[in-house]
Amino acid sequence: MKRALLTGNKAAAWGARLANVDYVPAFPITPQTEIIETIANWIDQDEMDCRMVTLESEHSMLTAAGAAAATGVRVFSATSSQGLLYAMEMLYTVAGWRAPFVLVNVSRGLAAPITLGPDHNDVLAARDSGFLQIHCSTCQEVLDSTLIAYRLAEDERVRLPVIVNMDGFYLSFTREPVQIPDTKIVNQFVGEFDPENIRFSASAPVSQAVAVLGGTPYSYFRYETHLAALNGLAVYDKITEEFANTFGRRHDAVEAYRTEDAELVFVMMGSFATKAIDAVDGLREAGWAVGVLRPRLLRPFPADHFRRALAGKRGVAVIDQNLSMGKGGVLHTELASALYASTECSPVLVSFIGGLGGRDISLEEFYEMASVARKAIEEGCAPPPRLLYTREELREVRKLQAIANVEREELGQKK
Amino acid sequence: MCAGCGGLEAIHQIYDILGEKTVFINAAGCMTMLSVYPFTPFRGSWLYTAMASAPAGAQGVRDGLDVLLHKQRIESEEDLQVVVLTGDGSAYGMGLSATSSAIERGLDFLYICYDNEGYGNTGQQYSAATPHGARTATSKGPGGFPGYKKDLFAIWAAHRPAYVATVVGAEPLDLARKIEKAKSLKGPRLIMALSPCPTGWHYDPGESVEIGKLAVRTGCWPLKEYVDGKVVHTKVPHQRLPVEEYLKRQGRFSHMFQPERNEVLLQEIQAKVDGYWEGVI
Repeated sequence: MKRALLTGNKAAAWGARLANVDYVPAFPITPQTEIIETIANWIDQDEMDCRMVTLESEHSMLTAAGAAAATGVRVFSATSSQGLLYAMEMLYTVAGWRAPFVLVNVSRGLAAPITLGPDHNDVLAARDSGFLQIHCSTCQEVLDSTLIAYRLAEDERVRLPVIVNMDGFYLSFTREPVQIPDTKIVNQFVGEFDPENIRFSASAPVSQAVAVLGGTPYSYFRYETHLAALNGLAVYDKITEEFANTFGRRHDAVEAYRTEDAELVFVMMGSFATKAIDAVDGLREAGWAVGVLRPRLLRPFPADHFRRALAGKRGVAVIDQNLSMGKGGVLHTELASALYASTECSPVLVSFIGGLGGRDISLEEFYEMASVARKAIEEGCAPPPRLLYTREELREVRKLQAIANVEREELGQKK
Repeated sequence: MCAGCGGLEAIHQIYDILGEKTVFINAAGCMTMLSVYPFTPFRGSWLYTAMASAPAGAQGVRDGLDVLLHKQRIESEEDLQVVVLTGDGSAYGMGLSATSSAIERGLDFLYICYDNEGYGNTGQQYSAATPHGARTATSKGPGGFPGYKKDLFAIWAAHRPAYVATVVGAEPLDLARKIEKAKSLKGPRLIMALSPCPTGWHYDPGESVEIGKLAVRTGCWPLKEYVDGKVVHTKVPHQRLPVEEYLKRQGRFSHMFQPERNEVLLQEIQAKVDGYWEGVI
């Protein structure tokens, strides 16, 4: 084992390297590029025995990834944002092939307007694709989750591709101390890839991904994929238990921070949850019984984990770093459906949207959200979802608009 | 599948030569319906991908097989010839970007495009492969399709792949020679098969072979190959029949003859074909 300062991108590349991946189809997109550059350099320096090919698009990249996995090799790939959406047809398609591999997504806000800062609308667009999803909040988790993801994807009860998600910039370009485990121990943990019956060879011809006629066979295969994804819950728990025993780091499906005696719990995904942890420490000092729950596993959705962790809690503030237009926060919706009609677990759910495109969420805002949630608990009724935005931010945007108007007038154009 | 399918005729002949040590990577189109769970007419392997990315699927399978061979996880006799199978809708349009980059990367694969000159599986709407004047489900006006068939052969050849050829099932010897040649080469090899389509072109299914022969004899479908940087015509119709001998047999061109002859359009099409062959001979 060695300790190094690694960016989230470098940590993802280390995950692929330690997992002995055979094949990396690639396409560059900010903020993911450092991952594929790192792997390309390692291959050039003979530090990785792996084949890498740059395709002409993410759609082709995902096709090649699925096709290679269906041929019987261990595959790794990475993308972000617009790239993930460009590949969306193939995300659904290759998940149906039941060919396991790992895709790292470096979350970045979606156009329009086009931006580079992170939020989770990109990866949540893949929510229903059949890919399982692990969400990270530290660079160490990125490396560890990549290893766990191979075990999860390749497990005979699952056999589905897995997305490992990290936030662009906040993790992708931030150096943190990361423990790089020994190759030998990782090899024992991850094991060799067993393609089982998903492979191509001359002596065993097979037709993969063929069409079906009618809803009966279609439903059968779709249900099978869903049930396999659900199997992932128990499999994930088992793998992370083994991981903790082997490497000494726990990566539970839902991470809990100071929740045991909490009355109010923040629920968040990704690196911004570390801000919630900071806020909780501050609020605890002020005497508030608060905690944080952070789902690492989003698909399959750890509904039982949430129900257990939230039993007896009075309020939950769900902070979504995403926005489903015309509905609200996706995680809020998911949690509401998991808790609805549960007799022992029915806290007031308060919804907040924040952190879109990398917009910061300040400590003061966490304190304000705690106040809003506490008021909701007292009144027994949740207020409408709140979109986090400050007066100062609005003033900044008004300034930008004023400049745009002045420039337009200068050119003699109408407002 | 439709009776009298010219695409199937060509694929049948091609498969006889390529054999079972193949994996066909398919894009959305008529031939997707060949392998419907739990049946397949192929003795070898098959992977359906999507409409735009069959060549990328071929890249993944080829690379996967190469990795398995390189790391000695499979014996060399387990290797497969990787074959892309798409219609013109994918080849001329949505899949062109993936094809272009597969050729540029020097991928060792064979691409077979069955060209029925329209989006056939959805009911023959016009595509980039539809010939000028053809009536399709989306060009029913008096002049038929106003555009011109894209020169995909030239586009493919401009990438300087190992081999490009046009074929038609109605000329089986020419087809067989070209597939044998393609099979013997390495690198990107691309075959474009004109696929007379009774349901889309509107003629009796029994006439597919004749229509295919007429496409060649009128000069409308030049049989040629590109190899070593040169284009060679493999069957030059020295006494070319007038194009209307080909056109008048197909319902998609009937508006050029009824209720009255569209002399201007017929002459325009004839002049285009004449112009092409003047450049050849």
